[in-house]
Amino acid sequence: MSATHARPVGKRVLLMGTCLCDAFFDDVARATVEVLEHLGVEVLYPEDQTCCGQPAFNTGDWDASRQVARHCARVFVGDLPVIVPSGSCAAMHLHGNRLQFEQEPDDDIASLAARTWEVVDFIHNGLGVTRWPGRFDTPTRIAFHRSCHCRDTGTGAAARALLSSIAHAEVVPFGQAEQCCGFGGTFAVTFPHISAQMGSLKIDHIRDIQPDLLAGVDMSCLMHLDGLAAAQGRRVPHKHVVQILRDTLIS
Amino acid sequence: MSSVQPIDLYARRISDEKQLSVMDGTSTGTDKRYRILHADYPDPDALRRLAGAIKDHTLQHLDTYLDAADRALTANGAQVHYAADAADARSVILAILRGHGVTRLTKSKSMAAEEIHLNRFLMDNGIECTESDLGEFIVQLDDDEPSHIVKPIIHKNRREIATTFQREGVADDYNDDPETITRRARVHLRGKYLAAGACITGANFVCADSGRLVLVTNEGNTRFGMAPVPVHIALVGIEKLVPRECDLAVFLNLLGRSATGQQLTVYTEFIAGPRAAGRPDGPEHMHVVFLDNGRSDILASDCREILRCIRCGACQNVCPVYRQASGHAYRSTYGGPVGAVLTPLLAGADFATYADLPKASSLCGACREVCPVDIPIPDLLLRLRHQAHREAVPSPGAVPMSPFAKLATSPSLWRTAMTMSKAMNHLPVQVAPIAPLRNWLGSRTLPESRGGEFRKWIKRHSNHS
Ligand code: SF4
Repeated sequence: MSATHARPVGKRVLLMGTCLCDAFFDDVARATVEVLEHLGVEVLYPEDQTCCGQPAFNTGDWDASRQVARHCARVFVGDLPVIVPSGSCAAMHLHGNRLQFEQEPDDDIASLAARTWEVVDFIHNGLGVTRWPGRFDTPTRIAFHRSCHCRDTGTGAAARALLSSIAHAEVVPFGQAEQCCGFGGTFAVTFPHISAQMGSLKIDHIRDIQPDLLAGVDMSCLMHLDGLAAAQGRRVPHKHVVQILRDTLIS
Repeated sequence: MSSVQPIDLYARRISDEKQLSVMDGTSTGTDKRYRILHADYPDPDALRRLAGAIKDHTLQHLDTYLDAADRALTANGAQVHYAADAADARSVILAILRGHGVTRLTKSKSMAAEEIHLNRFLMDNGIECTESDLGEFIVQLDDDEPSHIVKPIIHKNRREIATTFQREGVADDYNDDPETITRRARVHLRGKYLAAGACITGANFVCADSGRLVLVTNEGNTRFGMAPVPVHIALVGIEKLVPRECDLAVFLNLLGRSATGQQLTVYTEFIAGPRAAGRPDGPEHMHVVFLDNGRSDILASDCREILRCIRCGACQNVCPVYRQASGHAYRSTYGGPVGAVLTPLLAGADFATYADLPKASSLCGACREVCPVDIPIPDLLLRLRHQAHREAVPSPGAVPMSPFAKLATSPSLWRTAMTMSKAMNHLPVQVAPIAPLRNWLGSRTLPESRGGEFRKWIKRHSNHS
C-alpha cells in the first residue's frame, strides 16, 4: 500500500487493542505488548479506546460508524504510530475511513490513517526486523491464513518472512489461499449458511496439509474458523502471529 | 421478516449437484486465469491498472467518444441508433427487423440482450430467435436463465444437457459425451443459420476512432451467424467504447486470460462495417444500437467505476459467495460481485428490490484482486449498502447499529459492558438475545468471554515497569 513508506516509525507507540481482544483475546493484546517491548518499543494504551467502527460501517450505517471512528481518532490523537494486532481494524483506518469520510474530510481521521500499522507489518517493514530470534522445540508446520484485509498490504509477506525464520518452523502453503474464511463480521450473522460453508472449505484446505499450528493476523477469522472446527470436532491449534513470536522467543 | 438474507436462503436450498458444478467451474476458471496471467506478464496488476485507467478516461469523456464512434460508424456505412431504456431498445430492434422483413434470426451471446429480455420479446412478436452460443442455446432449450456472464450453463452438468437434447429433439438418443453434444448442437444450428434473415450480436468493444466493432467468441458462432444473412444488428451498452484501436491490445490480452484463461479467444472478429466496395463479406446492412438503460445515471453516481466492466466473469469465478449460491441466487441478468453492484444500480427506482445483493459479500476483496479493469468492487458494495441504509430499506437479520455506536463512544459504558459480557459465558445459545446471533451460533462455538482482562493486565504491567 502506498502509505507504507510515509507512516511514522518510532520506539514509542500507541496500542489499539481492538474490541475483539478487549472481549475475548486478551492474550493477543498482551503478546503484542510483550513482543514490542522485547524490541525496545514503549507501548502506551489509551484507556478510552473502544472499537474502530467497522461493524457499523459494513452494514451501511455510516452515521453510526463515523461517530465511532471519530471517537477512535480522538482517542489516538497525536503523532505516535498506532499499532493494531488486526489486519481488519488496520484496514478500517487505512481504507474504510477514507471511504466514509470522503464527503466530510476530518483531520484526525486522516492523521489516524497516516499513522496506523498492523503489528506484523510494523515489526517487519517499520522496525526492519527480518529474522525472528525464536525457536520451536520440535519441527512445526504452520498454515498461515493471510486474512482478506491484508490482500494488498505488507502484512502477508511480513508474517511469512518472520514465521519462516523461526528455528524448526516451516510455513506450508495450502490450497485456495485467496479464498475468504467466511467471517466478514456481520456477514457471518446475516449469511450464516454461506459463511459456515466458506469456513468449512477453508478448514478442509488447512487440514489437507496437516499443520501443527494455524497462524493468523486477525482473531476474527481465527475465532470463526475455530468455532466452526470445534462444532465439527476437528479443531486445529491456532495462534495469532504475535503470540507465536512471543512464545518462541529464545530468552 | 425472516432473519435470513434471500441469497443465503437460496444457497441453503441449492442442490448438491448444482453447487458442485458451480464450484468446479469457478475454481478451475480462477486457477487458469491466475496461471496464465502470471506466466505471461511480470506484473499483471500493472496491466489491470492501465486497463482501468483507459476505461476511466473513456467514461469521463463518454459524450465525446460516443460522438466520435457515431461519426466513424456512419462513415463506415453502419446505421446508428440510440435506446434510452430496455423498452426503447426492444422496439428499435423490432422496427429494424420488420423493416427488413425478418421473421427468423440467430443471436450470439449478448449480456445486453439478456438485460433487456430481447428473446422473449421477439418471440412474442412472432420472430423466431435462436441462440447460437452453445451455452445460451441450452439455456434457451431449457427455458432457463444464464447463471454466469461467460459460462451461462456453469450450473449444469453434461448429463442434464444430454437429457435436454434428447427431450427437445436435438438428438434422437441420450449421449453425454461433450464432443457429441457439441457436434449435435452444431448440426442443429447449421440449419438455423441458413434459414435466418438477420443476426443479432452484442459487442465486446467499439473503437471510437475507427468505428470498428470487436466480437470475441470461442465457437465462431458470430461468424457463422453473419455469413449468410443480409442484416446485422449489434446491441451495445454505451460503456463498451474504447478510444483507439490500439487500446485493444490491452483489453484483448486481459479479456481472454481473465475470462477463460486463454491468451486470446479462438475467434476475434473486427467488423469495419457492412458489405461494401473493398469489403466483400458479411451482411449488407449493419445497425448499431447503443443502449443506455440506466448507464448515464450510473455514470453520474458514486459507483461509476462499475461501467468499466468488460464482462469477463473473473469476479464471479473467484467469489466465495457466488460459488456457494450460484448466479441464479442474484435474481437478475448479472450475478456475483459485478451483479451485486450493477443490478441495484440498473434497477433505478426499483433499487430497494435489489438492495440485498450488495450485502451478499464478506467484503473479502477477491473480486477486486482479479478484475481486469481494476474496479474497486468492495468499495462500491459498501456505497450501495450505505445508500440502502440512507433510504431505510429493510434488511433481513440486520442488527441496529445505533446502540453499538452509543456504547463505542462512551468509554466508561464500554468498559462496564466488557466486564459484564462475561455473563454470556453462562448463557445457553438458545437464549441469545437476538435471532441472527442464534443463527450464527447454530454452527459455531463462541470463545469464552474474557472482557476487561487485558485492561487489568496492562494496568498492572504499566505499574511495574
Ligand atoms: S467486474 Fe471486473 S472481474 Fe467482474 S466481470 Fe466485470 S471486468 Fe470482469
